Amino acid sequence: MEVVSYMPGCTLKTSGRNFEKSAITLFDILGVTMEELDRWVCCGTTYSLSSDNIMNQLAPVRTLLRAKETGRRELLVLCSMCYNTLRRAQSLVLHDKEKRDKINEFMYREKTTFDGDEIRVVHLLNYLKDSVGFERVAKRVVKKPSDLKIALYYGCMLLRPHEVSVDESSEDPTIMEELFSLCGVTPVYFPFKTECCGSYQTVNQRDMVLSRAERIVGSAAKNGADMIVVSCPLCCHNLDSSQQRVADTVRGFRKIPVMYISQLLALLVGADDAGDYRLHSVDPRPVLKEKGLIG
Amino acid sequence: MIKSARLNSVGVFVCHCGINIASTVDIEEVKRQLAGYPGVEFVKDYQYMCSEPGQLLFKEACRSETVGGVVVASCSPRLHETTFRRAAAEAGMNPYRVEIANIREQCSWVHHDEKEKATIKAVDIIKSVIERSKRNESLSSVSIKTVKKVLVVGAGISGMQAALNIANSGIETYLLDREPSIGGRMAQLSETFPTLDCSQCILTPRMVEVGQNKRITLMTYSEVEEVSGYVGNFKVKVRRKAAYVDWDKCTGCGLCSEKCPKKVPSEFDRSLGRRKAIYSQFPQAVPNKTVIDRESCLYFKTGKCRLCVEACPLGAIDFEQEDRIEEIEVGAIVVATGYDLYEKEKIEEYRIGYCEDVIDGLAFERLLSSSGPTQGRVLRPSDGTVPKEVVFIQCVGSRDPDHHLPYCSRICCMYTAKHAMLYKHRVPDGQPYVFYMDIRSGGKNYEEFVQRTIEEERVLYIRGRVARLYRDGKKVVVVGADTISGKKIEIRADMVVLAMAMRPSGGIGELSKKLKIQVDQNGFLSEAHPKLRPVETLTRGVFLAGCAQAPKDITDTVSQAGAAASMVLELLSNEELTHSPTTAWVDEELCAGCGQCVAQCAYGAIELDTRRKKAHVNDILCQGCGACVAACPSAAVNQRNFSISQYYSMIESIV
Amino acid sequence: MNVTLSSSELKKEGIEKTAQLSGANFFSCYQCGKCTAGCPASEFMDIPPHEVIRLLQIGQIEEILEKNSIWICASCITCAVRCPKGVDLAKIMEALRQIVLRKNVNYVHPSSVSKEELRTLPQIALIANFRKLTG
Repeated sequence: MEVVSYMPGCTLKTSGRNFEKSAITLFDILGVTMEELDRWVCCGTTYSLSSDNIMNQLAPVRTLLRAKETGRRELLVLCSMCYNTLRRAQSLVLHDKEKRDKINEFMYREKTTFDGDEIRVVHLLNYLKDSVGFERVAKRVVKKPSDLKIALYYGCMLLRPHEVSVDESSEDPTIMEELFSLCGVTPVYFPFKTECCGSYQTVNQRDMVLSRAERIVGSAAKNGADMIVVSCPLCCHNLDSSQQRVADTVRGFRKIPVMYISQLLALLVGADDAGDYRLHSVDPRPVLKEKGLIG
Repeated sequence: MIKSARLNSVGVFVCHCGINIASTVDIEEVKRQLAGYPGVEFVKDYQYMCSEPGQLLFKEACRSETVGGVVVASCSPRLHETTFRRAAAEAGMNPYRVEIANIREQCSWVHHDEKEKATIKAVDIIKSVIERSKRNESLSSVSIKTVKKVLVVGAGISGMQAALNIANSGIETYLLDREPSIGGRMAQLSETFPTLDCSQCILTPRMVEVGQNKRITLMTYSEVEEVSGYVGNFKVKVRRKAAYVDWDKCTGCGLCSEKCPKKVPSEFDRSLGRRKAIYSQFPQAVPNKTVIDRESCLYFKTGKCRLCVEACPLGAIDFEQEDRIEEIEVGAIVVATGYDLYEKEKIEEYRIGYCEDVIDGLAFERLLSSSGPTQGRVLRPSDGTVPKEVVFIQCVGSRDPDHHLPYCSRICCMYTAKHAMLYKHRVPDGQPYVFYMDIRSGGKNYEEFVQRTIEEERVLYIRGRVARLYRDGKKVVVVGADTISGKKIEIRADMVVLAMAMRPSGGIGELSKKLKIQVDQNGFLSEAHPKLRPVETLTRGVFLAGCAQAPKDITDTVSQAGAAASMVLELLSNEELTHSPTTAWVDEELCAGCGQCVAQCAYGAIELDTRRKKAHVNDILCQGCGACVAACPSAAVNQRNFSISQYYSMIESIV
Repeated sequence: MNVTLSSSELKKEGIEKTAQLSGANFFSCYQCGKCTAGCPASEFMDIPPHEVIRLLQIGQIEEILEKNSIWICASCITCAVRCPKGVDLAKIMEALRQIVLRKNVNYVHPSSVSKEELRTLPQIALIANFRKLTG
């Protein structure tokens, strides 16, 4: 049995728990054990963009130290925001010697230092592609949904900046399309797949997030998607929970369920359910039933 | 005549170069320090040594003073070494006893903040050159006879123009192109700015003139295989590609193409139209001959078909034909290989939901051209309807150092204005929009043309780069901004035309290696000097014209081609050429025949006599670069007037 | 409002500070507007993103700080990825926010978030929001 170190992040323990649970189920079926780090800390959610703020880098670096202590070279991450923050912190430590020294000096009570090259931060998609192999995932598919059409939403944090992109192209990525096509699901043309959902502005710029959701979900619906697939609990929240309010004001707006990558994959490889459906604003069960993914 | 000169004595001239040198380097201090230096007979200074009075002063000293050599402390030897050597020769001194100490580019210009240190450095530079000068030999130039024939590579408008100018001056010219016909990019254009002359109408007579010129030998459907030799005596192997049609028999009647059952996208029509597997490049082709595209031909693929063989009344089809290598000898070469467009697929944010109705500028030229796939009607490639909202985007791939190409492609502002205007003429009820960053319309009547486009044709110019394009049903959504009003702009367009950046045509890299000429950081051919030698390369006898050197419009291309032709004529007007004698030579007593120098020589100037195990330098091919000197492990290779002992003495003088 | 320019106006503290905190050279911006064109939030901003850079170039940082633009930016980094001149506008926006927030000013007050919102919003939304918009 393969084992991979894994960092869930805060939201995957609460509102995003369907993401974590379904990923564990999926990996189980694929024959990989996700071993959660002992003492991970919150990644900080946003990578610090100001040059003098080293303090915000400490949290992700501490988690990377925990990963180093496992003796493994890879750290699997599911949440897009954790992925972005950890990956950029790792890259900063690797490339900026001055900051690396300062960070390590500050954490002098740690048993070891972090130099940036000990751990590779790997997102679920890249792990499935490079370590498991998309073909191997596809071979495990047991449910062949008839004509299920999905809109694959990348958002920002999987793609930008380009150095951390999970795909060669941060403008026109296709890694999710590749994976789901092999698994027998049809990705729809979705020109808003890389456009921001409004992110944390959901707290105090609700109108902006609603307008983003209207455009993004609207584009998915217009292109015939039965559901939207995401990799970020924040995108999931913004796109899912906004739909009712958009539907209340925009005539003819069609609501579409939003699911995590691993929720859909787990169902395809034989899981009985996609987790706790109460966490969804737009209930995915009617679509899943219609397409034969749940009983 | 040098009267009782001691060969190791030196005279020094220090040039002020106006304030270029004198405001940083303390000339009086330099003179004071050099006055008693061993071997220095005199130190003189002047405001501009390169000026007429400066030259007189120089010549007078060369003539009357009893020195073996002179050192001129001034600008880079690339600028005035020749000037002073010529002056010395006129005054009766061996020109190779004149040396330049560069105290401008390598001293005053780079140290203008540190005057004292700059003065010390200037003295050091001059001292070291004095040491070298003392050990110089009197050399005489090498002479070469020239072949009075010329090869022009590339038969677009620049190559055609250069070939015509040269041939009309009485010199045999080979005009080579890798395509079956001459004409190049200009043959694809519809109308030309700013006069709206029909491109074909002004080009075709030129093509016929070239085709009928008795001194021009056309070598189309051919490529340069190998180049050896040197200025005045190049040997070029040309690959004549197999057309699978005997061109001596073919009359270009077109019966074969009519019968050919295989259609493929036409390169000439930028894939908007189709051609047959056996085809003539375009109706006005010169020479008007057909070729078989082996990749598409059914006979080559399946062994069956041969409909063209049946159709040809002259029996010209020859499936057995093979590439031939032809060798020619020429005295000079003009490179006029032109441009390609940067591929639009490389702009990731413009390719989302790939759409046939997003085309590049050359494709739009084909749509506008009366001999194009739509006979000049502007129709959408996807469904053949007339587009009513058309967006033109400038600077696509250009001026984007972070992702694509850093430079301005120079002609896009003008051809986009032309496109928008011609579109409006063809579709009067259509609305053209142009996204631009700056309008660069420097050129005779260019700005007036752009203004007319805006004022009279009511083309809407929007200042901003487009962030992305995506397909939405039958429309292409253009997401841009108008930086002047600060508004975000979305246009649901029927067609989008991208003014793609220009880049040197494919294969320029290999060709430049064969010709031993340089390319710049963007892959364009490098001229010898950006201001004063714009059509020469650093390899003598090889000249440049057209877009192979940098993006430019037809007007400038034709001017440059004429300039290249005149340089060729100047070169070949001499019966003999002279070559610098500061070449490398091998001390056979020390040479162990290891061959490392041979491997280092970029000019193929060194041969190894494997029997005697000795290297030998060909004086005419040697360019005096010194790579072999550095490579030789036993110090057997030396360069005349750049000897290793001279370098040691230079170093000793300053450390 | 007229702007009087001088060398000291162009080099005043806030401008230098923005350059230092962002590490971005906003003088290489040639105002093509591709950032504004692609910005998912620009329609909610008082002044569009490219104008933020322009105002920095002409030393008018106070005017930027009076507008809502820097607070609307969601750090989606689309602008930085596309900028033809490699100007990292996301970092410039962050630097400008930091200049305000470091004066112990909060743009969002955590106490103003309702109990209901606290219950339904995912943690990452709250943490990210407070990180970006509080001092």
